Amino acid sequence: MKPAPFKYIVARSIAQALALKAEYGGDAHFLAGGQSLVPTLNFRLTQPAVLIDINPLIECAGLKNSVSETVLIGALTRYGKLERDPAIAKNLPLVHEALPHIAHPQIRNRGTIGGNLAHADPASEMPAIVLALAGRLRAQSRTAERWIAAADFFAGALSTTLEPDEMLMDVELPVARPRSGSSFMEVSRRRGDFALIGVACTVELDAEGNCVQAAVALCNAGETPILAVDAGRSLLGRPLDAAAIDQAAALIQTAIDPGGSIHASKDFQRHLAGVLTKRALTAANERVQRAH
Amino acid sequence: MLTDSPAPDTHVIAVAVNGVDYRRTVGSRLLLSDFLRHDLLLAGTHVGCEHGVCGACTVIFDGVAVRSCLMLAAQADGHAITTVEGLAPGPDELHPLQAAMRECHGLQCGYCTPGVLMTMKAFLDETPAPDEAQIREALSGNLCRCTGYQHIVEAVQLAAAQLRKSSP
Repeated sequence: MKPAPFKYIVARSIAQALALKAEYGGDAHFLAGGQSLVPTLNFRLTQPAVLIDINPLIECAGLKNSVSETVLIGALTRYGKLERDPAIAKNLPLVHEALPHIAHPQIRNRGTIGGNLAHADPASEMPAIVLALAGRLRAQSRTAERWIAAADFFAGALSTTLEPDEMLMDVELPVARPRSGSSFMEVSRRRGDFALIGVACTVELDAEGNCVQAAVALCNAGETPILAVDAGRSLLGRPLDAAAIDQAAALIQTAIDPGGSIHASKDFQRHLAGVLTKRALTAANERVQRAH
Repeated sequence: MLTDSPAPDTHVIAVAVNGVDYRRTVGSRLLLSDFLRHDLLLAGTHVGCEHGVCGACTVIFDGVAVRSCLMLAAQADGHAITTVEGLAPGPDELHPLQAAMRECHGLQCGYCTPGVLMTMKAFLDETPAPDEAQIREALSGNLCRCTGYQHIVEAVQLAAAQLRKSSP
């Protein structure tokens, strides 16, 4: 229950952090909040040769909004800050609703949005949320930077498409639009535990009440966070009545292949995915209706 | 692993714990929880699960409650920490939270208590008049196997009332 030996280097600038990552590549891990990394170090599931502590890079933390359609969140922004930020509640209601489900208050005080996404735990909440919101992630290396669509970011369980010399810098999420609604729901055994299944959804209706945008994403429903593309598409061009929502839930139940565990069989997870999809879409639809 | 790794990787850190400045040399893989207990001999911080689930090792780091088992001692360089030893105002006095825990029977074995106290200290600083649901939410990251939480919740309610009364 103690980490294996490693070399600990404090990065004093972004340039230094990127140079170190370029030098050590896959042998080095960035240490952000450490709320996922340090447990895996303690269990010796991860034994990196080098830890690059990026916590002093305060320029990587905080909301850096520049345009009105999107919110740009520095990768080192801690969940506790997002939770207390009225701009998140106003502009990113889906994120605001999900935050209390992300682990416990003490974990949220240290854990960062970038670290959480780069850890890419399929049971974690935020990966599913950036998928549902069709967010973008900015990665930087010593020589280049690029934007990665959330849908292209998660490669497998605990694995992303970040290159060994890249650092995740920013998370860009779209501001909730006027005739839109969203909902996050999960079932876990205890408050703060990983979800047995979680569902994040967004919908947008036109003036006639027909759905013009819908996205449903799930946590802990497979090897990666899952964006249920077919279910989202099935909702387009029609009102979100019970028949439409039931059909989307059924599509999700057949599409996912959850892993099952001692706490929930695959069948139970599939059942939960259906129930939560129905409830979350119904809630999101009601929120659009209520707001207008 | 680095093939050329020579002597253990060590770092000199300066850290303020309960208002006292310490300067120590620590190995890079030393956890903050073990640093507090073994290097500073502040064994009030308890170690339960060492993977961030139980909350027994909670300390206040730069004003917010964190798990000391999920931080490295080297990361504390230049920061301020409060442990349960720093809670009481004096040797013969209890903090209102500690007094309320005794009054309400908020502990039995006491193993989780330091973590509960530090979590609730930071919580009441931010939320001086919490309702029961808020207290239970804030307690969700601290496992207690004895009390069933009811008496802890009552203690926090009592302490919150005491603190409100004593603050102008």
